[in-house]
Amino acid sequence: MNTKKKSKAEKVRILPLAAIFLFLVLGAIGISLGEPARVLEQATQICLSCIGIG
Amino acid sequence: MDFVRKWVQALFFLLTNGYWNFPVTRGIYQGPLKVICSPGLNCYSCPAATSYCPLGALQQLIAGVRLSLENGQFFVGFYVVGAMGAIGSFVGRMVCGWACPFGLFQELLHKIPSPKFGVWRPLRYIKYGLLLFMVILLPLFVVDEFGFGHTWFCMYLCPAGTLEAGLPMLILQPALRANIGLLFFNKLFFLIFFVVWSVLASRPFCRTACPLGAFYGLFSKIKLVKLRLDPVRCTQCKACHSVCPMGVRFNESPEDMDCITCLACSKACNFNAINLEVGGVSLTAQPPGRLKKIHT
Repeated sequence: MNTKKKSKAEKVRILPLAAIFLFLVLGAIGISLGEPARVLEQATQICLSCIGIG
Repeated sequence: MDFVRKWVQALFFLLTNGYWNFPVTRGIYQGPLKVICSPGLNCYSCPAATSYCPLGALQQLIAGVRLSLENGQFFVGFYVVGAMGAIGSFVGRMVCGWACPFGLFQELLHKIPSPKFGVWRPLRYIKYGLLLFMVILLPLFVVDEFGFGHTWFCMYLCPAGTLEAGLPMLILQPALRANIGLLFFNKLFFLIFFVVWSVLASRPFCRTACPLGAFYGLFSKIKLVKLRLDPVRCTQCKACHSVCPMGVRFNESPEDMDCITCLACSKACNFNAINLEVGGVSLTAQPPGRLKKIHT
């Protein structure tokens, strides 16, 4: 019973770290694919229709 | 603690809107910092914005996914979703309470003296529909003859974009005023609607319509930094109900997807039943038997 409770508590602590790691890996895959350059290209141009003008 | 939070909100506002040369250039910041994800809702077409808006960038990538795949480029949003997910797993909707400029804007509006009202609870589910349809499905599937989708949420709804980018750009570049049409008035209507509603109710946009908040809310059970209820100390006095700016009933749902970890409930609890913890380690828990002074 105690082991079960302990393992649940450990899972709660490990889960957020595992999720953060998973998303950092996902971000790293995006970087390796060259997505930041595309994001930068979009973010440095004004999308007029996106802000309701045009 | 609310004093500290206001300073943190101001700091994040200045960090994500730190380009103050825009009155001279009459354009937006185009430097390398724009590759960094803004944690909160902050339009990257805002003249002062120094980072990218995760919702705007995600919609742009999804809208152009067909063209990028045709060109052999796999720009499917890993970088943006990775950043959003890492932030969500770390602090979840704490971003809304501590780092979102539009959240700060709504809080300031709510300080204007007026009759105050609640927000009908079922309206909170609208934001998940907006996340699914206006941010993901419509930009992905409704495409023009060139295979390019639209940024539906930015184009038709986002009041932050109108406030931070649409209106300032019309002031900075008067020639753009010739392009004003129905689209602009539609967005202006939503801005005015949420401004008025924010005066009357607490954080109505965050509670009902923010897809970014909806995304971060998905991490409420697994996020690293969270509030925890001590059921032994909780007396069900409901003191946490009235102080929550998001209408969360913390003693009933301590892992509520709308909790922005503003700590208002923790401060209001006279029995130290609500504590901030990081990875299971409590930061604010008091020793047993030590209670706050109860004001009558």
